[in-house]
Amino acid sequence: MLLQRFLVRLLTMLVTLFGVAIVVFVVIRVAPGDPIAMMLPPGASNDDIARLRALYGLDKSIVQQFFIWLGGVLHGDFGTSISLRQDVLGLVFNRLPATLELATVALLMAVAIGATAAILGARSRGTAVEAGIDIASGATLSIPDFLWGLVLILLFGVLIPVFDISGRVSPQLDLPFVTQFYLVESILRLRFDLTWDLLKHMLMPAVALALPLAAIIAQLLKQSLKEVLDLDYVVLARVKGFSETQVILREALKNAALPTLTLVGVQFTFLIGGTVIVERLFSYEGLGNMAIDAVINRDLPLIQGIVLVFALLFVLINLTVDMTYALLNPRLRHG
Amino acid sequence: MSACLDIRHLSAVLPNGQRVLRSVSLSVQPGEVRALVGESGAGKTMIGKAVLGVLPKSVRIVEGEMLIEGEDLGRLDAKARRTLIGARTALIPQDPLTALNPSRRIGSQMTDRLVRILGWSGERADTRIRQLLDEVHIRDPERVLKCYPHELSGGMRQRVLIAAAFAAEPRLIVADEPTTALDVTVQKQILRLIAQLQRDHGTAILFVTHDLGVVAKISQRVSVLYAGKVVEEADTADLFADPKHPYTRALMAATPRYTDPLASLKPVDESVLAGLAAEIVAADQAWRASHG
Repeated sequence: MLLQRFLVRLLTMLVTLFGVAIVVFVVIRVAPGDPIAMMLPPGASNDDIARLRALYGLDKSIVQQFFIWLGGVLHGDFGTSISLRQDVLGLVFNRLPATLELATVALLMAVAIGATAAILGARSRGTAVEAGIDIASGATLSIPDFLWGLVLILLFGVLIPVFDISGRVSPQLDLPFVTQFYLVESILRLRFDLTWDLLKHMLMPAVALALPLAAIIAQLLKQSLKEVLDLDYVVLARVKGFSETQVILREALKNAALPTLTLVGVQFTFLIGGTVIVERLFSYEGLGNMAIDAVINRDLPLIQGIVLVFALLFVLINLTVDMTYALLNPRLRHG
Repeated sequence: MSACLDIRHLSAVLPNGQRVLRSVSLSVQPGEVRALVGESGAGKTMIGKAVLGVLPKSVRIVEGEMLIEGEDLGRLDAKARRTLIGARTALIPQDPLTALNPSRRIGSQMTDRLVRILGWSGERADTRIRQLLDEVHIRDPERVLKCYPHELSGGMRQRVLIAAAFAAEPRLIVADEPTTALDVTVQKQILRLIAQLQRDHGTAILFVTHDLGVVAKISQRVSVLYAGKVVEEADTADLFADPKHPYTRALMAATPRYTDPLASLKPVDESVLAGLAAEIVAADQAWRASHG
C-alpha cells in the first residue's frame, strides 16, 4: 500500500518536472531576446551570426532542440552555459547550497517567529496583546519580501550599520571549505568564527524572506490554536491542573499545526521564489542571483537548468510536507 | 466536617447582562452522589464548569462562593486554584469521542496528571493506571495504553476517562452527562461502573444529567435546576415519592416510560413554565435593582 502510494507520487513528480521542462523550454525561446545577439559585437556579419547559431543548435526547430536537450538531460548533461561557457549542472550545484542554506535559515526564522507570536496571541486571547500581534502581523504581511530587503538595507546597512548587507562571506577570510554548504561545514569544522561571519551576512536577507511567512504562520496558527483550545480534551487538561501555556504546548499545538503545515509547504516554495530578488538585493551568491544573470544574458541552457532545479525543489518540499502530515496525525498513518 | 463542595449564592452573567446562574446554592458531602438535574440550557453544565474553573471566557461570575473542602476558590490566585482543582477534583466528560487528544497515546493521557501535577514517579503512575483499567474491566491494558483514541470504541474511551478520573483519588468528581453521548446499551454499563467505583473509592460526585431515570439509579440527593435556579432540593427517594415543586412534578410527568413510550413523550407542562418564567423575571428585576 505504502509502496504503491510512493510510486504514484514519484510518477506524478516526473510528469510535473517534464511539464515544467517543456513550458520553460518553449517560453524562453518564444520570448523576445536573442542569446546570439548578446554574444556578438554590434555589426557582426550575417555569416558569423548563422555560424554561432548553428554551433549552439539554435538553427533547428524548437521540437528538435527540445529532444536534443532532453536526451542530454537523461544522460546527466544539462548543456553548457552560453554566457559563462561552463557546464550548467556544475554551475547550478555550485550555487544551490548557498540558496538552500539561506532559504532554510529563513524558514526556521519564520517558523520560530511565527509560532512564538501565535502561541503568545492564543495564550492571551481577547486581550491587547492579541490585538497587537494581529496588527503587527497584518502590517508585516502587507509588505513583500523585496521591500523588506530594501528597508533592512536602509536600517541596518546604512543608518545603523551593524550587519553585512552584501555577499555571502567576508572576502578577506580564508575559507577551508570543500563543499559549498559553508554554514553547515563551518559548524561541523567547529569554525564558529566563520559561522558567525556567514550568519552576519545571511541574517538580513533571511529576515527579509522570513517576515512575510512569519506573519502568515502567526495568523493561521493562532486561529487554529484558538479553535483547538475550546475543544473538550483541552478543557479536560485544564481540569487536570495544567497551566494555559502547558495546555497550548502539550495538547493544542500538535493538532493545531496541521493546517499551518500545509500552508508553510506552499509558502516555502514562494519563499524560495523570493530568493531570486532578495539574493540580488544583497549580492548573495546563490542560485537566484545567478538566475537573474542568466535571464539578462538570455543564457537559455542555464535558465532551463536553474528552473528545473527549482521545480525539483518544489516537488520535494511538497512530498516532505505530505510525509510530515502523516507523522503529526496518527489517523493518517495506516491506510 | 466541611462539605466536599459547597456552592453559596453563585450568580453568573453573560456579556449582555443576562443572568445564567441565579444565586445557586448546593453542597456535596464527602462520599455522596449529588445529582444536578434539569433541561438543556438550565445551567447544569455551567455549574460543573464553574466549580472546575473552566467556564467559557464570556461567562462572568458576579457573586457567590465556591468552597472545595472548605477552601474558598475565589480567594486563591490562579495558580493555586488550578493546583487545588487538579489535585482534588476530576471530570468525567460528556463526550468520550472529543475528550481525548487525537494525537496522543492513551497511556500518556492517563498518567500525565499523576506525574506532572501530582509529582508521582512514572512507575507508580503506571501501576496505578493499570489497577484502574482493571477496575473498569479493561482486560488488555497493554494494548489500550499504547492506542491512539481513534483505535478505541466510544464505550472503551469512556471507561478510560473514568479510570483516569478516579486514578488520582480525587475528593470530588464532576460527571457531566457521562452517558448521554453513548449507545443506550453501553449507557447502563457505564452508569453501573461509575456507581461501583464511586462506592469503592468513596468519592463524592456532582452528577450532572437531564435524565431522571439516571438520577434515581445513582444519586442520594438531587438539586432540580430551572433557568439557572435551584427550584427544589431533596433526598432522591423523597423527591420521587413526593415532589414538592410544580416544575419537578412537570419534569417527572414529561419523562418517557418504557411501558408506553409514544403516549408518554410529552413536553414539560407549559403553564408551569409560564409561572416559573414570571417568577424569574420578577426575581431578576429585584436582583438588578439591588446590584445596581
